[in-house]
Amino acid sequence: MKVELNVNDRMVEIDVEPRKTLLDALRDDLRLTGTHTGCEHGVCGACTVLVDGAPVRACLMLAVQSDGHEITTIEGLAPAPGELSVLQDAFCETHGMQCGYCTPGMILTAHALLQKNVTPSREEIVDAISGNICRCTGYGQIVEAIEFAAERLARANEPRAAAAE
Amino acid sequence: MNAPSKPFRFVSSNRRVREDRRFVAGKGRYVADIVLPDMLHVALVASQYPAARIVSIDSSQALAADGVHAVLTGEDLAAATDPLMNGLDTPRVKRYPLAVDQARYSGEWVAAVVADSRALAEDAAELVRVDYDPVAHVVDVEEAMGSGSPLVHPAHGTNVLLDKTFNWGEVDRHFSEAAHQLDFRVTWGRNSTVPIETFGVVAQWDPWAEMLDVWASIQMPKYSDQIARALRIPLNKVRVHQDVDVGGSYGVKRGIKHTVLAAHLARTLGRPVRLIEDRLENMRAGDAHGPERIFDVSVAYETDGRIRSMKMRATDNVGAYAGRAPFQLGKPIGAIVGPYRIESVRYQARSVMTNKTVQEAVRGFGQSPTNYAIETAVDKVAAALGMDRLEVRRRNFIESDQFPYLIPSGTRYDSGDYHTVARKVVDAIDYKALIEERDRLRGEGLLAGIGIASCLEPSGGNSSFEPLLNEKNETTTWMDSCRINVDGLGYVTATIHTTSAGQGHETLTSTVLGEVLEIDPERIQIVRPDTLSSLPSNSPVGSRMAIMLGGAAFKAAEKLKQQLVAIGAHRLGCEADDARYEAGAVIAPDGKRIEWAELVNIAHRRYHDLPPGMTPGLEATHIMQVPTGGKLPEDGRVQMYPCHSFEFHMLLVAIDPVLGKPEIRRYVIGHDCGTVINPHIVKGMTLGGIAHGLGAALLEEFAYDAEGQLLAQSFMDYLLPSSHEVPHVEIVHHCTPSPFTVFGQKGSGESGYLGAPAAISGAINDAVRHLGIGFHSLPIRISAIGDTVAEASDTLKKD
Repeated sequence: MKVELNVNDRMVEIDVEPRKTLLDALRDDLRLTGTHTGCEHGVCGACTVLVDGAPVRACLMLAVQSDGHEITTIEGLAPAPGELSVLQDAFCETHGMQCGYCTPGMILTAHALLQKNVTPSREEIVDAISGNICRCTGYGQIVEAIEFAAERLARANEPRAAAAE
Repeated sequence: MNAPSKPFRFVSSNRRVREDRRFVAGKGRYVADIVLPDMLHVALVASQYPAARIVSIDSSQALAADGVHAVLTGEDLAAATDPLMNGLDTPRVKRYPLAVDQARYSGEWVAAVVADSRALAEDAAELVRVDYDPVAHVVDVEEAMGSGSPLVHPAHGTNVLLDKTFNWGEVDRHFSEAAHQLDFRVTWGRNSTVPIETFGVVAQWDPWAEMLDVWASIQMPKYSDQIARALRIPLNKVRVHQDVDVGGSYGVKRGIKHTVLAAHLARTLGRPVRLIEDRLENMRAGDAHGPERIFDVSVAYETDGRIRSMKMRATDNVGAYAGRAPFQLGKPIGAIVGPYRIESVRYQARSVMTNKTVQEAVRGFGQSPTNYAIETAVDKVAAALGMDRLEVRRRNFIESDQFPYLIPSGTRYDSGDYHTVARKVVDAIDYKALIEERDRLRGEGLLAGIGIASCLEPSGGNSSFEPLLNEKNETTTWMDSCRINVDGLGYVTATIHTTSAGQGHETLTSTVLGEVLEIDPERIQIVRPDTLSSLPSNSPVGSRMAIMLGGAAFKAAEKLKQQLVAIGAHRLGCEADDARYEAGAVIAPDGKRIEWAELVNIAHRRYHDLPPGMTPGLEATHIMQVPTGGKLPEDGRVQMYPCHSFEFHMLLVAIDPVLGKPEIRRYVIGHDCGTVINPHIVKGMTLGGIAHGLGAALLEEFAYDAEGQLLAQSFMDYLLPSSHEVPHVEIVHHCTPSPFTVFGQKGSGESGYLGAPAAISGAINDAVRHLGIGFHSLPIRISAIGDTVAEASDTLKKD
């Protein structure tokens, strides 16, 4: 059936089977392969996308259910081709990943956290990412990345002299 | 070590990891992202029985279903291919990608369905009718060794694949001389690394060129060799594309059976075929479970805590087929005494088949389970003598002035300073205060315990265990390579000849080249040619790439530098021996210099200015042999790996006695892997290794019931540590350079994982010891702690 999706601020129409997950539709029909398939039963979080700004597991949502919602994938996070967001850059700074497979989901989850909480505590960060499994890092450098991004985002709007300290 | 005398410019500095940029943008290129025109998809039909004869397979309904192109059975596939390779000399244990005549574990692939989409293939797989005749099965390893046991492979005549005993030193004398001895059994549960990306492969056959192209999520030495052998095609007709990002592996992404299956289908159907495991296929039939091992250990020790000798029997349940997994009993021989001066060892290695999923290489290749057994022995000696566990370790440590230190099984440890690393951890954690904190928690009614573990990470991945366990195998090299090309405009491109699963090999190589050539690593391009354009590599196994790829890059860069100096000296009119190289320029003794751009110009365009006999262009290659490797075993002894990193763990755990849930309150690890090439990468490996070790110690198990059914088939049952379970870990660094590597580097790919299970187990046992109970098998589940503690408390109350 035909579905109209708003993905990364772009309207697209696709023709999908009603049983097709949002995950498969993003990957197969829209070729947005930054969204990764992990467990396909809603535990690992590798397929996390934002639906109306909230992290959602794309393997547990049907493509037809997302009609009319705003969907953000990892491809929609960079401000421009070749230019990273503050959060993406922070993950690079602390090496908050190894194989990179859980990374898009992890970053979208962290992005959603920072959208609603600009000064998250360590516990709040740990809590926010607890639904995203990373087998490589033990989470240490991921938490550091989110802390670092929060700090940079907070300071970005401070007067220049203060920010330079 | 032949490190430059100058301080490092790039090595050991906190430079960014270049691979990260593509990953944060979602631009990694994983196997599932590779879509070829006309590609077909595979779904598998799996056996629901742990052991059953396959009477017949009726594919007619499946073949009639929408979009279905083929249904392949084991019989068909076996007729067209050779069996997959066994590591040991066990020719009657035949293995094919699909079961032939008999299914040998629940979940084993019996038939493959190929369709236009994965969904259609799955639909049709449900329509394949298999008529089974169930036969007796066995899942318990000791039962499988009994005389009346059902045989997993009747043709082999026994379920035992390997039973080999080594005597290194005067074990009997040391046991009779020592004042004390103790015996115990510990069990390492069946778990694995379970990467978030399942295994996947895309295969394409070009009938005109007779060429097989393969894209796979692979970490496997000699992968294409095995595909070529099984498919009976020349190796130069197998082209594996190595520019595929692997979404985690930690040893398990071997995928030979998947690849042979997909390649055969691509060849027979004339279209590209993709096989990506779903999570269920991955967990029950990806043939990627890790060791499941019973250790029976005896140690002889003196009243002062010195351990004289050890007898260890390791019995490993490898599952239904003999792959490379039995060698996981061999690698730990290279560090069989851990960091201790144990004088003699008797080691019996038994590898036994059962009707369980097949075992594959897992991070550490059997070393972490062995370390768990050794460290339990040390804790038990301390408990028996009423001594502090730290003190017992100190009394047994190899001293820093004893290196290189020859252990009884034939490996010479390269270097280390165990006392200093332990002292740094004791200082960082404040051991005295930690004991007070533990006792304070106990006073509050919690169970609290301290865990300690010290162990080695043998690194530099050699394969000496192959000839040691299989006399027909004469492998004495496990090389790796690097090629550098400086193009006509002076830009540097280097090659690596393997896939990577997050280890940062592009960063490693560019850092090493930048260091030697004294140019910015960011300017160096790293590429991964396909296997037909590649030099030999044995892939990133056995914590080897910092040593082997780093070493090959270093040596290739040195060769390139020699060429540059020769060109420059010739142009400057001085002897090459008198000229020196500095940051891309060649300088004569009189101070005259030729810059990089001109050196490149001469090499690429001005043949008349080249030294006589020199070939044009600027290219250097190095194929590196494993340091200290090259010899076959003698008398059951062999030099295993060249380098030995050291780690010392100390942690405090608190357990609510009613819930039984352990909470790690403090965790410090001391880590010495020699010279660190990229601190970010080593830190990540260590923290990730500890998280993985925590999973093995407390959460993760591929549990089976008596009927041979795998109980943990999803992430609801197989528990992966989340950010809630993994504690904040503090790392204390120390650097004892290895004398055998170019910068003094050692391996770190298994760090943390090798000691964490032992340390966590030790902490939990310390917490419950006063109740008269102990946990001797991993994982130590919350439910087991809660139940055992409740039972023990009731007994204590009654008394």
